Amino acid sequence: MDLFKLKKDFPVLSDKTLTYLDTAASSLKPKSVIKAMDEYYEKYSVNVHRGVYNISFIATQKYESAREKVSKFINSQFDEIVFTRGASSALNLVASSYGLNNLTAKDEIIVSELEHHSQVLPWQNVSNITKAKLVYVPLNEEGRITIENFKKVLNENTKVVALNYVSNVMGYIAPIKEIISLSHKVGAVVTVDAAQAAPHHNIDVKDIDCDFLSFSGHKMLGPTGIGILYGKKELLQKMPPIEFGGDMNDNVDKFEASWKDTPYKFETGTPPIAEAIGLGAAIDYLENIGLDKISKHEKELKDYTVSKMQQIDGIEIYNPNAETGIISFNIKGVHPHDAITFFDGDNICMRAGHHCAQLVIKWLQVVATLRVSFYLYNTTEDCDKFINSLINAQKFFKEMGF
Amino acid sequence: MNNMENLYRQVIMDHYKHPRNKGLVQDPSYKTVHIKNPTCGDDITVQSKIVDGKVVDVLHDGTGCSICCSSASVMSETLKGKTKAEAMIISENYLNMLSNKKYDKTVDLEEAIVYEGVSKFPARIKCASIAWKAFEGTVEESE
Repeated sequence: MDLFKLKKDFPVLSDKTLTYLDTAASSLKPKSVIKAMDEYYEKYSVNVHRGVYNISFIATQKYESAREKVSKFINSQFDEIVFTRGASSALNLVASSYGLNNLTAKDEIIVSELEHHSQVLPWQNVSNITKAKLVYVPLNEEGRITIENFKKVLNENTKVVALNYVSNVMGYIAPIKEIISLSHKVGAVVTVDAAQAAPHHNIDVKDIDCDFLSFSGHKMLGPTGIGILYGKKELLQKMPPIEFGGDMNDNVDKFEASWKDTPYKFETGTPPIAEAIGLGAAIDYLENIGLDKISKHEKELKDYTVSKMQQIDGIEIYNPNAETGIISFNIKGVHPHDAITFFDGDNICMRAGHHCAQLVIKWLQVVATLRVSFYLYNTTEDCDKFINSLINAQKFFKEMGF
Repeated sequence: MNNMENLYRQVIMDHYKHPRNKGLVQDPSYKTVHIKNPTCGDDITVQSKIVDGKVVDVLHDGTGCSICCSSASVMSETLKGKTKAEAMIISENYLNMLSNKKYDKTVDLEEAIVYEGVSKFPARIKCASIAWKAFEGTVEESE
């Protein structure tokens, strides 16, 4: 792919001094996505599913064609795609609808310390309410979820397995297909947090056979405010809605009502229409380049950067062997928030903190980490600029007496 | 990088490396307030003892970045020995200075004035505020 040309597609990168290394938090948006959303607002910015007039029909058609694109993107059926506010909402929907209505005190839920708060906290809540037992897969010495360790916690009481596909701190790819197959043998359902996977790797939900899979639009070149819940149709059909209101209902009487079929029973209120259309454009952009190429590119940038970082004394890298474009590290003796201000001074955007994953930060036994994450628009020049800044940062803090 | 160098060169590093009034006590005559910033992990507890309208002691403990930890130390030194009213005026003006709001420059912020530079780093204002806000909390509790 022509990286120079790619950068030109992203208006934020028109500032040539800016180095964006925080895609794991949110990706930048290409012109085509912004244009698709502008077009909605300028030409047919009306509600969907309701108006019986021409531009409402167009809005509905565009909104539903975005659903079609998403379903093809992960190889699901059209009506297995629920639009949500984000991956967090999608993960919460599974816990609140499936979890609260199917689990009892006899059951067990498997999670891990590698989870984002959006995956572990909804199940902690389910566990507190239903008294189902929350069980943690022990991470191996590198911080990975392994099949060997997963087998230690899986048993016939396991009803739900809630794990990440790619860790947002460690960048490891979990052996999710094998985990799903083992889980199904004991009758458990698997809900996959794919927020860090879907933007970078081809996902085929039929192939991995997951029961639920969640991801966000804004981490994959799309707008904020939209996420995806994929669920197997037979499961979604049996699940009750968790939000009630307009558009999700069928017949409404004074003391009872019935719901539309999935996915609409989960989409009450005016949905994120412009956002769905923007996400559709983002998927077009990604597919035009190809996720295989994108993930290969990110891995190359990450390997290149890690090899340079390893030549600098006093840099602690927590995940040197990660398979994806995420690097978690610290400058020894320097609090990540002191360090981040230095990088900010060089106009390098990256993350410092808990990354909404306090459990793995505690597992690492650090106060917080710095994180660099790459995407298709990053180049080796970005890596060099970061390395240069890192060397200067370390020198600076040494001189300051850290 | 000059702004940053100025910021770190002065009192901040000294107080970061050698914090004053650090460590808490189990004493009911002290009021205790704990503030945590969950996004970055700054975690500061401040105790103050106020007798007859005078701040006779200020203690702090916790973890965080250099700006957060040093500002807790500077705050304790600056406010200890002041009257409650003086301490609250200094604190209010300090916090306004940090966030680029109007503040009374005739109020002597003593060493805390070095944090003026933090206002150039909007993302760090919170770091320099936590300990002072916790102190204000202890005063409110003592009322």
